[in-house]
Amino acid sequence: MLESVLEAFVILLRAEHLMFLVIGVLLGLVVGVIPGLGGIAGLSLLLPFLYGMDQVSALATLIGLVAVIPTSATFTSILMGIPGSSSSQATVLDGFALAKKGEASRALGAAFSSSLFGGLFGAIILTFFIQIARPVILMFGSAELFMLAVFGLSMVGSLSGKSLVKGIVACGFGLIIGSIGSAPATGEFRMVFGIDYLYDGLPLVVIALAIFAFPEISDLFRKEKSIAEKSTLSGGMLIGVKDMWKNKWLAFRCAGIGTIVGAIPGMGGSVVDWIAYGHVVQTSKDKSQFGKGDIRGVIAPESANNAKEGGALIPTLLFGIPGSGSMAVFLGGMVLIGVEAGPSMVTTNINLTYMIIWSLAIANVVGAGLSLLLASPISKLTSIKFSLLAPFMIMVISLAAFDATRDMMDLWMLLIFGVIGIFMKRFGWSRPAFLIGFVLATQTESYLNMAVQFYGWSMFLRPGVIIILLLSLISIYFSRRGGVVDESAELMEKKRDKNKTLLPQLFFAAFISLFFVLSIYDGLKQSFLGRIFPLTIAFTILPFALWLIWIFIKRKHGNAAIFDAEQLAEEGEYKSPPFAAIAWLTGLYVVTVLIGFVPSVVLFFILFLRIKAKTTWWKTALLTASGVGLMMAFGYFLNLEFPSGLFTI
Amino acid sequence: MLEIRNQINLTSLLLLIALLFTTCDLTNRNSADGDKNTFSSGKPIEFVIPYKEGGGSDTWARFNSTYLSKYLPGQPVVMIRNIPGGGSIKGANLFAERAKPNGLMILGTSGSTQFPFLLDDPRVRYNYADWKVVWAYGNGGVVYVSPKLGIKDASEISKIKDKRLIYASQGPTSLDLIPLYSFDLLGLDVKAVFGMTGRGAGRLAFERGEVNIDYQTSSAYIRNVLPLVAEGSAIPLFSWGILDENGNLVRDPNFPDLPHFGEVYEMVHGQKASGIEWDAWLAFASAGFSAMKLVVVPKETPDEIIKQFQEAVEKMKKDPKYIANKGKVIGEYEQVTGEKAKKLYEMATNVSTQEKEWIKNWLREKYNLNIK
Repeated sequence: MLESVLEAFVILLRAEHLMFLVIGVLLGLVVGVIPGLGGIAGLSLLLPFLYGMDQVSALATLIGLVAVIPTSATFTSILMGIPGSSSSQATVLDGFALAKKGEASRALGAAFSSSLFGGLFGAIILTFFIQIARPVILMFGSAELFMLAVFGLSMVGSLSGKSLVKGIVACGFGLIIGSIGSAPATGEFRMVFGIDYLYDGLPLVVIALAIFAFPEISDLFRKEKSIAEKSTLSGGMLIGVKDMWKNKWLAFRCAGIGTIVGAIPGMGGSVVDWIAYGHVVQTSKDKSQFGKGDIRGVIAPESANNAKEGGALIPTLLFGIPGSGSMAVFLGGMVLIGVEAGPSMVTTNINLTYMIIWSLAIANVVGAGLSLLLASPISKLTSIKFSLLAPFMIMVISLAAFDATRDMMDLWMLLIFGVIGIFMKRFGWSRPAFLIGFVLATQTESYLNMAVQFYGWSMFLRPGVIIILLLSLISIYFSRRGGVVDESAELMEKKRDKNKTLLPQLFFAAFISLFFVLSIYDGLKQSFLGRIFPLTIAFTILPFALWLIWIFIKRKHGNAAIFDAEQLAEEGEYKSPPFAAIAWLTGLYVVTVLIGFVPSVVLFFILFLRIKAKTTWWKTALLTASGVGLMMAFGYFLNLEFPSGLFTI
Repeated sequence: MLEIRNQINLTSLLLLIALLFTTCDLTNRNSADGDKNTFSSGKPIEFVIPYKEGGGSDTWARFNSTYLSKYLPGQPVVMIRNIPGGGSIKGANLFAERAKPNGLMILGTSGSTQFPFLLDDPRVRYNYADWKVVWAYGNGGVVYVSPKLGIKDASEISKIKDKRLIYASQGPTSLDLIPLYSFDLLGLDVKAVFGMTGRGAGRLAFERGEVNIDYQTSSAYIRNVLPLVAEGSAIPLFSWGILDENGNLVRDPNFPDLPHFGEVYEMVHGQKASGIEWDAWLAFASAGFSAMKLVVVPKETPDEIIKQFQEAVEKMKKDPKYIANKGKVIGEYEQVTGEKAKKLYEMATNVSTQEKEWIKNWLREKYNLNIK
């Protein structure tokens, strides 16, 4: 084995192969910076070039690109609070909080060194594991996958915030929203209300951007400061690297989690960061800083999400079954260059497999290294006046959302769920709990349905199921011991004025409850297998929702559920009304429907910079030109599409 | 002043990125300015694929696009545009709405674009009668079972009639309609578990022992199931077969040793397959497999343009590099143009109302599915 491992290394070190690998890495870093696009867009960009390349160079380029996407996706997660990829959502919680404290470069330093560590760890595991992985992967049947989904849901406990009731309702809301679209067991369409867009369910990218990025943008919008609230930036990149080293065992454990979750086909990468984050919260003694800028909250998800790519290669190479969207494109690329994924990858093609693993390792070193160099200069972005940055961020999230299905509805959904996100943040509803519910809805339902049909109730006697069940119970037991993650904890300790109205909170809780009612109404029209899941969720969660409403009606002031950030804000903290950002975005999208996205963005930049940022004309022109130019360049090279309007020529 | 300096930094970074892309892109697009007298006159041709990047249709289209570009007059760039959604309905709808009869936009459909059209899915806003076929590509598939069932080949198939058979499926109106309907015609008691994310997931469930009957399309079968057959953990039963020049079902040349479905039907029922249940099978099987991939243009497109495409396809088929790589990348079947393609197109998209109703009725009775 060692011999072929080294042989693969020597072949890869040939200058041309290495050059292609580095090209892949550079492209991956650039593409990964745009949130939501990630691997799929980048790999599709490469596909036309593959034809005619030799196999090693082609694979090196592809791997170089895939490996560093989670690395560079970190930039927007930490600097702007925009989840850069589906597996770096959890990074936003503490990463962005650190950026607000002015410690962006420390957070980036810790993130990139964790990425490096995780990526290398994944490659090492892959080297040894790939030979024996086949039977191990086959042990994970639908019953185990269902239990893993339950394990993921158990993380909601620690991420629910001070009020568990609200967390549970938020998670249930996520599950209901996640069950929109075709029912896995029957193909019936649920809660689609005749809207074509909803038939495929809501895209994760849109929901994640709406729930995390949108409320932050709105907040910054109203505060009219820079992202870093202090005037001086502190905490250099090297401090972050040291932080990572101090927590190396944590990084080690999370990289392990990442590899395992990545290697199980059918789990998908979008929960791996939450599982890692939940893990660090549950195993930490001092939980008070999570959600407010604990460096460990950055290290955990970032070491897991790079390790995940290594793990995800196992089912892709061994079974020809891609674990994620980018792995699917990678697999397509392999077919195009004539490499057949399957059992032969550990027999006749083992050299190629080792080459892939080496490429993965080297790509991680190069990618994380370059990112570390960029960390300090780029973190200065956080000290720019937000009104200068805002049009760029709004353009980027719109573009990313629209790329999800290239339908104008993507933008409307971004807006609608963005507004829901704003209220969730304002009233202290756990957004992670919602997102975990959303992400795991399909998996939970689909694998439960399969498991019951394959095994009947004897599924609970399977050893794998019992082990994961125990893990979930342990996770639930530890989830609320010694504190919970609550981003609004500080505000909650402030003295409250008991005469303030609770009506806004009441209305919001009632609004959310409406979805459960709607889901029940819709479920009653479906067949048994089509409705059992949404009905179970709705009937379980509805009492909690009603309890919540009861708390608001009875004005039980001692209860942790009562919270309204708006009422606790300092005088003058917010400079514009709550709907300011929403109004600007609605304006942008309405004009887009009329004249198309590109001219609307131009208009948006000019108006925004002149009115809100009050920049001079020449500066406005410069910023508009660079913003729109950047967008067009990316659009052209990545084959992106922009929404066209009614009057677009 | 910090702000302005940052702006400058930012701008130079952007320039760098743009430069990076430009250098990578030069090789791609330099053939864009071709002969101005051809129908494309230097403009790129959009090849719409209503499926995701990396899937079977996408790989097939990308493989072809390189050669199309090479052999079409003026050597236009052929760009793949993936428009996934609604199991390909979205992309096909968009094509129906936008394509002009100038050959600059072509659509590559697949079995799961044909099926919702044939079953009158309310979301379908395209009509195959409005299109003309450019070329067609068929596919096949093989049904195999677990050795635990105790049979060695299709001749023993009646032995598993009263066994509990489980099949992992993507859904009754997906391409899985064919295997599910076929099992029913053979009198097999197959319980279908829905919700699989692809045929690959079904194969994995088979390997785990969760299901004991499965099928894979030919290339996936050759790549991933043949090794299982070799080690004795899968028993092949039959292939779907392919249609010959006259529209008769014959053995699949990729699997000459396996009986085709018609033969197995005869083994089970003791007589040659006929009647409406068989006609419906043939109609849907040709829409799903024999004419799985169809490349279409609006029917008003001048024949001259279609001829140029077809000539390019024929030239492509003689390219030594194409011949060398085709099998590994898209499979062993032949891509056909001209009359052959027309015939397949007819069979796959001109299904009689009677046959449609028969299948819809079967779906209603078997899976409680109400399709208007």
